[in-house]
Amino acid sequence: MRAPGVAGILRAVALGLLVAFLIWPQRFAPLFAPLTQYGAPPIYDQGNLLALALAQLGTVCCAAVASTVVAVSLGILVTRPSGAEFLPLSRTLVNVGQTFPPVAVLAVAVPLVGFGLKPTLIALFAYGLLPIFENTLVGLKTCPPAVLEAASGMGMSARQRLMAVELPLAMPLILEGIRVSLVISVGTATIGSTVAAKGLGEVIIAGLLSNNNAFILQGALVTGLMAVLLYEALGGLERRFCGTVRIE
Amino acid sequence: MRVDRLGALLSAAGITALLTLPFVVSKANRIVPGTPLALGDVVPAWAAFACYALLLAVALVALGVANPRLRLVVALAGIVAAALAVAAAGNTLTPPGNKVVRVAPGAAWWMLTVCLGLLATDAITRLRPGPGRRVLLLVAALVVAVLAIAHGTFDHLSIMREYAVNATRFAHEGARHVALAAGSLGAALVAGLPLGILCYRVPRLRAAVLGTLNLIQTIPGIALFGMLMAPLGALAAAVPLAAQLGIRGIGAAPAVVALFLYSLLPIVANTVAGLKRVPRATVDAAQGMGMTSAQVLTRIELPLALPVILTGVRIVLVQNIGMVTVAALIGGGGLGTFVFQGIGQTAIDLVLLGAIPIVVLAFSAAVVLDALAEVMERAPA
Amino acid sequence: MISIENLSKRYGATTVVDGVSMHIPRNSLTVIVGTSGSGKSTLLRMVNRLVEPTSGRVLLDGSDTRAEPAHLLRRRIGYAIQGHGLFPHRTVAENIATVPRLMGWDAARIAARVTELLEAFALDPNTFAGQFPHQLSGGQQQRVGVARALAAEPQLLLMDEPFGALDPIIRAKAQDDLLDIRRRFGTTIVLVTHDMDEAFRLGDHVAVMSCGRLLQYGPPAQLLTRPADPLVSRMTGLADRAIRLLSLSTAGEAALPGSVEGPEVPASATLRDVLSELMWRGVDAARVTEADGTARGHLTVAAILARGRP
Repeated sequence: MRAPGVAGILRAVALGLLVAFLIWPQRFAPLFAPLTQYGAPPIYDQGNLLALALAQLGTVCCAAVASTVVAVSLGILVTRPSGAEFLPLSRTLVNVGQTFPPVAVLAVAVPLVGFGLKPTLIALFAYGLLPIFENTLVGLKTCPPAVLEAASGMGMSARQRLMAVELPLAMPLILEGIRVSLVISVGTATIGSTVAAKGLGEVIIAGLLSNNNAFILQGALVTGLMAVLLYEALGGLERRFCGTVRIE
Repeated sequence: MRVDRLGALLSAAGITALLTLPFVVSKANRIVPGTPLALGDVVPAWAAFACYALLLAVALVALGVANPRLRLVVALAGIVAAALAVAAAGNTLTPPGNKVVRVAPGAAWWMLTVCLGLLATDAITRLRPGPGRRVLLLVAALVVAVLAIAHGTFDHLSIMREYAVNATRFAHEGARHVALAAGSLGAALVAGLPLGILCYRVPRLRAAVLGTLNLIQTIPGIALFGMLMAPLGALAAAVPLAAQLGIRGIGAAPAVVALFLYSLLPIVANTVAGLKRVPRATVDAAQGMGMTSAQVLTRIELPLALPVILTGVRIVLVQNIGMVTVAALIGGGGLGTFVFQGIGQTAIDLVLLGAIPIVVLAFSAAVVLDALAEVMERAPA
Repeated sequence: MISIENLSKRYGATTVVDGVSMHIPRNSLTVIVGTSGSGKSTLLRMVNRLVEPTSGRVLLDGSDTRAEPAHLLRRRIGYAIQGHGLFPHRTVAENIATVPRLMGWDAARIAARVTELLEAFALDPNTFAGQFPHQLSGGQQQRVGVARALAAEPQLLLMDEPFGALDPIIRAKAQDDLLDIRRRFGTTIVLVTHDMDEAFRLGDHVAVMSCGRLLQYGPPAQLLTRPADPLVSRMTGLADRAIRLLSLSTAGEAALPGSVEGPEVPASATLRDVLSELMWRGVDAARVTEADGTARGHLTVAAILARGRP
């Protein structure tokens, strides 16, 4: 195992601080006290920070799993000869879809399914599809033709070719898409608190409502750290499992 | 005859929606629950018949005709017909002089418009229009929409009622939204272009700068707003001049700073990438001719890097238009105020009043800048 | 071993391969040569059904290739292409093991075969088995590509411009290696190229194609001495046909009995090279010796020149 560099140490420290704060928030009270006025509580006290963080993480991961399954399946379907007529539209939709702010998707879901977890999950799922779908498309389409030709020529069936060659070679890009999707989802899930989904946005909004900068900063820091650590974790995963794939 | 599978899918979805879901939802006032109504209930019989006939024709074309131009024309005709039908429904259901009744398009209308929109999008994609044509199509669509709205066609629909109530605020917040998005883009260009050029010239800086900017990019929007509020608030408290300039802990200031920071990565990264693409041979020739470093930069390298930089500008503008929406939460203003107000009041019309212009703005910015980048790419260097 | 019967391929109104028939004997090395657009690659790919023929059929050892699913047929036929198509995400050993694994060989047999092939292609198994394609040079990648094609012990090996991406010095070595491999494994080889020199160097039989039609199929000497079509002569080259003819025979084959005064030439050298050597030295005759040093005979300039005619 390679010795962790500066970045690795920073990551470990960040993770440690985050976990420490979530489990023993009151220990950090003195740090946040200067930000409050008129004796307002320095640490968020209207709910359990750890529970909120886990709830948000859970929401994000659930939606991510669903988006990945659907997006990758659609990506595979659309790049097969039988799905070719859906390909041009798919590409345009991916381009167009990314001009929609995620907040708009969330806002539109509410009148349809009500408040709470449901519209958040729907918004996360729908918006999360795009980066993963786009990267699946690009990954499958940019497989080197010589490699595909060789695979067919050797006697792999279409399914074997997909599983043994196309998907593994597309995997780095797909993982990158999942990474991007996750980061955006953490942000959108935070806003989900405006529609009564359980999450860290609550802390920020409580701070905004009561003019408590300490709350705002706590919520922001935990959310930010969570997003960054998730991003780095997936990056590490990608390097570990896909490091051997290098396409000339 | 080969059946077009996309057409089949969209036709089936559209027709099912039309038959099973409400075309409009009518409410006596803002707060009571609405009554779902079908197309036949809200327009005169001849109009309903004409609509159904047209939609049937669209479905048939979608199923069997391959010619993209024809598909585009019928899809657009279908969208126009649906829009006119829902506008007419508004007129029919609103007694004259009544400003309280709320008529909104129902699920069937949305589904129909989405399916027709997908059909039109597919046809346009197959036609592969060049950059000029794409912009022309966009402008034409916008002009038609604006004219129809200005003419008062949709006045009786609930969304226009909300607009009527909020007209001045809409204009104000809309202008603010654009100003925030464009302003932060401008600031990012002023700071980011030189930074990008520096990173290109000094490769050792690249990893550190891009890594830091990447890190900032990973932090969710609202979190970054939140993180800036405390320092900016402290700044305003400590330095009276800053407060007088309008820098406060809430409002536009944290939003602008955050947007500026977010805009840096695409600008810097794309500047570096664009400059990297300039062929070494071209630069050598220019230097061999006796141009100074600055001349090579301004006359050769930057113009050739322009298409990629413009793509970065597009990314930033679209991203910023979306993020200014969230800035409404911290008092930054913009169209997001309508979105969050609508969420708070469970009024989808308010939400749409904010969301639709945001989407239209972002989409238009993307189309125009992409077209510009493509034109730059093709233009002789 | 392979019977190609009236094979044609049409795309709409364009005929890419037009009624080609030939019989390729077992253990031979057949080179299909032609300019680009002559249909040679398409013809090759109709043998392993990467392209399905519009009409005609291919018989492999008497049975029609259409009798079984295409992907099963291809596992029995080796296929090596220009640009080798090595799987970038798999090691050299895993690449070579692909078809044996598809065919369900046990691990021990696969490992033994991989080692055998790596050694045959002069790639040290200990160094190369665990490396990835991007870590190899172009020449090494090409060799692994051919090794992979031979992994499942196919009776037939199809090669589509396998040496096209190599620089000339490595290409000559690669061609020699192919001849060695053929001697060692006894595979029937069908190779497509646009390089006439390569065709003459490698082929027992050469098939000349132009515009989808097979112009002539036969031993290379026959293409020179009895061309079936003026186009064949133009393609093989009219200006230096005599020299080319000389390059097809070895000193050992043409040696006259007896000994003379003169330099030594190996029995494996081509008559062209012997003539060149004699001209350079300004002498009339040379002794022909085998690799182990025994005398084989002698050659004179006159005898060599006589061979340069039909």
